[in-house]
Amino acid sequence: MIPELGHFALILALCLAIAQSVFGLIGAYRRQPEWMAVARPAVAGQFVFVALAFGCLAASFVANDFSVSYVALNSNSALPTFYRVAAVWGAHEGSLLLWILVLATWSLAVAALSRSLPDTFIARVLGVLGVISTGFMTFTLATSNPFTRLLPPALDGNDLNPLLQDFALAVHPPILYTGYVGFAVAFSFACAAMLEGRLDQAWARWTRPWTIVAWMFLTIGIALGSWWAYYELGWGGWWFWDPVENASFMPWLAGTALIHSLAVTEKRGLFRSWTLLLAIFAFSLSLLGTFLVRSGVLISVHAFATDPARGVFVLTFLTMCIGGALSLYAWRAPKLGSSAGFELWSRESFLLFNNVLLVIAAALILLGTLYPLFIDGLDLGKISVGPPYFRAVFLVPMLPLLALAGVGMHASWKRARLGGLKRPLLVGLVVAFALALASALWFFGRVTVLATVGLTAGLWIIYSALREPISRLRKRQSLSAAVLGMSIAHFGVGVFTIGVAGVEAYKIEKDVALRPGQSVNIAGYDFAFRELRNVEGPNYSAIEGEFEVTRNGLLVRVLQPQKRVYRVQTMPMTEAAITVGWTRDLFVALGDQLGNDAWSVRIQYKPLIRYVWLGALFMAFGGLVAATDRRYRSVRVTEPLPAGSTARDAA
Amino acid sequence: MSRYVLPLGGLAVLVVFLFFGLHREPSAIPSPLIGKPAPQFALPSVGDPARQVTNATYRGRMYVLNVWGTWCVGCREEHTALLAISRTNVVPVVGLNWKDDRPLAIQWLNELGNPYVECGFDADGRVAIDWGVYGAPETFLIDANGVVIHKHIAPLTEEIWQRDFLPRIRAAGGSPQ
Repeated sequence: MIPELGHFALILALCLAIAQSVFGLIGAYRRQPEWMAVARPAVAGQFVFVALAFGCLAASFVANDFSVSYVALNSNSALPTFYRVAAVWGAHEGSLLLWILVLATWSLAVAALSRSLPDTFIARVLGVLGVISTGFMTFTLATSNPFTRLLPPALDGNDLNPLLQDFALAVHPPILYTGYVGFAVAFSFACAAMLEGRLDQAWARWTRPWTIVAWMFLTIGIALGSWWAYYELGWGGWWFWDPVENASFMPWLAGTALIHSLAVTEKRGLFRSWTLLLAIFAFSLSLLGTFLVRSGVLISVHAFATDPARGVFVLTFLTMCIGGALSLYAWRAPKLGSSAGFELWSRESFLLFNNVLLVIAAALILLGTLYPLFIDGLDLGKISVGPPYFRAVFLVPMLPLLALAGVGMHASWKRARLGGLKRPLLVGLVVAFALALASALWFFGRVTVLATVGLTAGLWIIYSALREPISRLRKRQSLSAAVLGMSIAHFGVGVFTIGVAGVEAYKIEKDVALRPGQSVNIAGYDFAFRELRNVEGPNYSAIEGEFEVTRNGLLVRVLQPQKRVYRVQTMPMTEAAITVGWTRDLFVALGDQLGNDAWSVRIQYKPLIRYVWLGALFMAFGGLVAATDRRYRSVRVTEPLPAGSTARDAA
Repeated sequence: MSRYVLPLGGLAVLVVFLFFGLHREPSAIPSPLIGKPAPQFALPSVGDPARQVTNATYRGRMYVLNVWGTWCVGCREEHTALLAISRTNVVPVVGLNWKDDRPLAIQWLNELGNPYVECGFDADGRVAIDWGVYGAPETFLIDANGVVIHKHIAPLTEEIWQRDFLPRIRAAGGSPQ
C-alpha cells in the first residue's frame, strides 16, 4: 500500500510540474496574471507530493518491505537503520527520486523567497524549473520506477553496496545534489531573463545568492566525496580523476567562474552574455554529469546502471534543455552590447582572466573525460585517460589562477589602481617564498619546485585574503558580509593549495609484507604489526590487524585496520585505519594475505592532507557568509537599471 | 554574430558522440578466452555430489556454459529467459554453480525450474578462475571444436540471445535450422 501511495504521489507531482511549466511560461508570455498565479501553488503542491513519494520509499526501506524490488536489491534486514534510510539513494532509481526532491526543494525556496521580483519574471523562472522537473519525473516514472513490486517478494534483501555503508557517503549524495541541482536555479534565472529580454544588473543580483549557495553545497559535497574515497577505497588517494568525480568537478569549475562573472555583471553591467553562457554551462555540466553517471557510457567505479534506454532518455532531455537554452542565447545575446570599458589592470580584467582560466580547466577536464568516448566513437580503439593527463593539464591553468587571485582581490573596479598595495603584496610574496622554503627544509628536509611554488602561492593568498579584513577591523571600519565571505573563501583557496602541495610533494606510500611481530619504519614512524584477530560486525565479518605506531620510542597511536567481508554481497572491503593530525596523517590498510601469516600492508605518510578538505570547507563557509550580504535581501526592483551605471565600489 | 551560435554547434557535436557512445559497451573488454580452447573442468554435480559434470562430455558438440549463484540477483533476473532458451533445445545449456551453498542451489532449481542439462558445483571458484569469470551471471558459447566463441556478461535476455548468440550458433553450423 505504501509503495503504491508513493507511486501515485509521484504521478500527481508530475501533473503539478506540468501545470507549473505551462501556466508559468505561457502565462508570462501572454501576460495573464491568473495563469501566472498558478505557478507558485503548483510548486508548493509539487514539493508536498514529491516529499510524500520520497517518504514512502524511505518507509519501505525502514520497514524492510522486500516486496519492493528496489528495496530488495539495495537493503537487507541486517542493515542498520541509518543505512536503510541512506540506501534510498544507494542506487539509480532512488538517487533520481532524491534529485527530484532536491529540485522541488530549490523550487519551493525560489517561490517563497522571490516576492520582490517582477511577476512575469518569476513566473518564467518557475516555469523553466517546472520543465526540468517534468523531464526528470517522466524519466523516473517511465524508465526507473523505484516503487515497482517484486513478485514473489524476496525473503531478504541483497544488501546495500558495502562501499556505500559509510557515514560520509550516506550524506554525500544529498549535499552534492543540492549543489548540482542548485545550478538549475541560476539556469532558470538565465532562461527567464533571456525570455524576458531583461538582462540588467538587477538580474545578476537576484541570481548571485542562489548561485553562491548552490556552489557552497557543491563544494562541501565534493570535499566529502574526496574524504570518503581517501579512507574508504583503501588506496589513500584523495582525488582519482574518475569520470564521476570529474562530472561533479566540471560544474564546480563552471559555477566558480559564474559567481565571479556575476560579480562583474552586478557591479558594472559588463560580461552579460558571458555570464549568461556560464549560467547555462554550469547546469549543463550538471546534467551531463547525470547523463554520464546514469547511462553507463563511461566506465567508472561509481557507474550505477548500464541501460541504453535510460541513456537515450537522459540524452534527449539534455539536448532539449541545453539546446533550448543555447538557442535562446544565440537569439538574445547578440543584442547585449557592453558599453562600459575598463583598463587592463582593473578588477574586471582580473575576473575576466579568472573566468577564462576556470573555463579552460573545465574544458580540458571535459576533453579528458570524453576523449575515450570520442576515440571509441571514431573506431580508433579503446583507451582510457588517466590521472597523469589530468594532473598535468590541470596545473597549467591553475597556477596562473592562484597568482591572479592574490592580486585580483585588491584591484579596483574600472581603473588600474592597486591603491598603494603593490609594495605590501610584493613584500608578502617574498616573505611567503622564504617561509615556504624554510618550512619545506625544516619539516621535510628537501625542497622540490612544485612544493615551493604551491606553498608560496598558498601562503601568499592567505596573506592577501586576510589583509583587507584585518586592516578594516583595525581601523574599526565596517566590513560587508560580501567582502568578508570573499576573504574567507580565498583564505580557503590558500589553505587548500598548501594541503595539495604538501601531500603531493612529500607523501610516502609503501606496500610491505609483514607478519605479526614484525615492524617497519616509514618517515620516522615505527609501525609494529602486533596481532591479527577476527571481529564480527552487524552485517559483516572482519579480520582486524593491530599496529602500534611509535616515534622515537613514544607511542603515537594504536591503529586497527580491517579487512571486511560483507555477508550478503560477499564483497571484501578494506577498512583503513588512519590517525589524523595537523601536520600529517598516518594511514594503514590491510592488503591481501600472502600465506604463512604474512600480509601485504599498505602504509602511508600523508603530510598536510587535512588542509585539502579544510580549505574546501573554508571556501564553502566563505560562500555562506557572502550569500548573507544585506543587499540580497533587496527591495522590489521594477525598473531595470541603465546598463553600465556604476554601482557601489564594494565586493 | 555567428559566435553566439557556436555553443549550440558544440552541443550538437557532443550529442552526436554521446548518442553513438550509448550503443557501445564500455565494459566490453573482449575476453582473452575468445578464439581459444575452453578450459577443461570436471566438477561434482549440484544435485548429486557423486556424479561428475565435465565439459569433455560435449566434445564435438556446441554448448553454452552459464555461470550462476543463488546469491546473484542478476541470475534470478535472467532465469526466465534461460528457461525459455533451454526449452528451444538449440544447444545444451550447462550450468556452473559458482561459490554457492548446495541446499540453496537445489532449492533454487526446484522452485524456479531447471534450465540446465547438468550443472557443476564450483564451491571454491577454481573453475570460474580458469574461465576468467569476474561476476555472475556470465554466459559462454563454446563451439564443436571446444573453442570459446562468445562471452556475455550481465543477465541474459531473449533479445540478447537472438542478437548475439543465435547468429553465431548458425554461423558455426550448430543449429538444427
